[in-house]
Amino acid sequence: MEVPENLLYTQEHEWIRVDGKNATVGITHFAQDQLGDIVFVELPEVGTLIEQENPFGVVESVKTVSDLYAPISGTVTAVNKDLEVHPEQVNDAPYGNGWIIEIEFSDDNELEKLMSPEEYIERCNKEQG
Amino acid sequence: MANDSNLKTTPLHSMHKELGGKLVPFAGWHMPIQFKGVIQEHQCVRDGVGIFDVSHMGEIEIAGPEAKQLIQYLVTNDIEPMQNNQALYTLMCLETGGVVDDLLVHRFSDDHYFFCVNASNSDKDFQWILKNASNFNVSVKNTSQQTAQLAVQGKHSEALIQKLCDTPLGEIGYYHFRKAKIYNFECIIARTGYTGEDGFEIYIDSKDAKSVYKSLIEEGKPFNLQPIGLGARDTLRMEMGYALYGNELNENCNPLEAGLEWVIKLQKNDFLGKAALKKQKDAGLSRRLVGIRLLDRGVPRPHYRVLNEGSLIGELTSGTFSPSLNAGIGLCYVSTEHTKPGTKLDVEIRKLKVPAEVVKLPFLPSRVKKINC
Repeated sequence: MEVPENLLYTQEHEWIRVDGKNATVGITHFAQDQLGDIVFVELPEVGTLIEQENPFGVVESVKTVSDLYAPISGTVTAVNKDLEVHPEQVNDAPYGNGWIIEIEFSDDNELEKLMSPEEYIERCNKEQG
Repeated sequence: MANDSNLKTTPLHSMHKELGGKLVPFAGWHMPIQFKGVIQEHQCVRDGVGIFDVSHMGEIEIAGPEAKQLIQYLVTNDIEPMQNNQALYTLMCLETGGVVDDLLVHRFSDDHYFFCVNASNSDKDFQWILKNASNFNVSVKNTSQQTAQLAVQGKHSEALIQKLCDTPLGEIGYYHFRKAKIYNFECIIARTGYTGEDGFEIYIDSKDAKSVYKSLIEEGKPFNLQPIGLGARDTLRMEMGYALYGNELNENCNPLEAGLEWVIKLQKNDFLGKAALKKQKDAGLSRRLVGIRLLDRGVPRPHYRVLNEGSLIGELTSGTFSPSLNAGIGLCYVSTEHTKPGTKLDVEIRKLKVPAEVVKLPFLPSRVKKINC
């Protein structure tokens, strides 16, 4: 299981890479592995306002449908259009080409609610039993 | 949700874990949904050969002087023309015409047969058969516990099994079977399957299942054989438009609408459901099961609503992503006016209406080997 050091994580298995007031969001290696082959990603429109812990999109594998939850509130500034044609990039490179959206956010305090890599690893280990 | 420990397991349960299978509850069993990944496993069967543990399926043996009469009364298809070592797809219906189960009848001899039935129905089927057998001179045995079943499917399946078996498999025609040996283990090898590829279903004693499975995995290496989970079993059957009990078929459905008229022989003597089915046929069908293919991206799922020009016309009974077509596909009962291939529809996926059209079944041409021996 790959859990990069420089990212923060949600309970729902999204990761967020913070750069000033901008952030990139995707789902974790653990999440894509649990879901299996991803065949569809429903992306929000650029400009959509999203709220922390609320659904902003959907990722579907052959067998399952899962909501994507916003790690932080803000405005969607970019979406990964490549995923419309190549949703499998989420499996192949969840922290790279498989990124899902970019957000401009305002409230740094919301970052406090997110998990560190260590906390996230612990959470996954629990889930795996 | 059932606790995993309450679930039944097949003799290959520990093997699945060793092979990296992801196990989930399915019809009361703890079964592998996938190993390496549904899409890869799907392609493995379409391109070469894969092996499935389908030991959860039920087996019921019927023997005795009146076995044939009982079966003729129980099932909708006609077993009279069956030869020894032949298999037949059929339905068992209620008096109402609703479907108790869909199954395969295998004939050993005039007075000895076995059924292969759905896992979720095997206890119900056994009780149903017993209930209807009281006036017949037969013995009915539920042999599901002691019987394991492996499906080896794909164009290399014959070459693979032949390496372990002296019986010339080329002599086994489509929907035929033989008693044979794999190594020294007695088994029944049938040229049947649920994938649309050439392939075999192997019935073996549960205690031998692990040895046979291991040998096939080992000998399968040169063929790039992979273990296949239930996820790919579903995408493979969906591409063939095969009905699945619990989705397309149930006790309230009309099997004529499901396109199964070819296994309902209304000219045959009295059988359970005959009067009701004849009445339905004479009245004419108002609905039919059709294949639906999405024209835009998206994954249709069971129970998603299907619309025609904004009006609700049905609900998907099955739906999935087709790895071969790289498109969403589904099955749906719609009124006969909407059954023509090319009819434009919408499938409601969350809040979106995704354009789709009616297509001819199967979604993909079947490649089963219809040789007659």
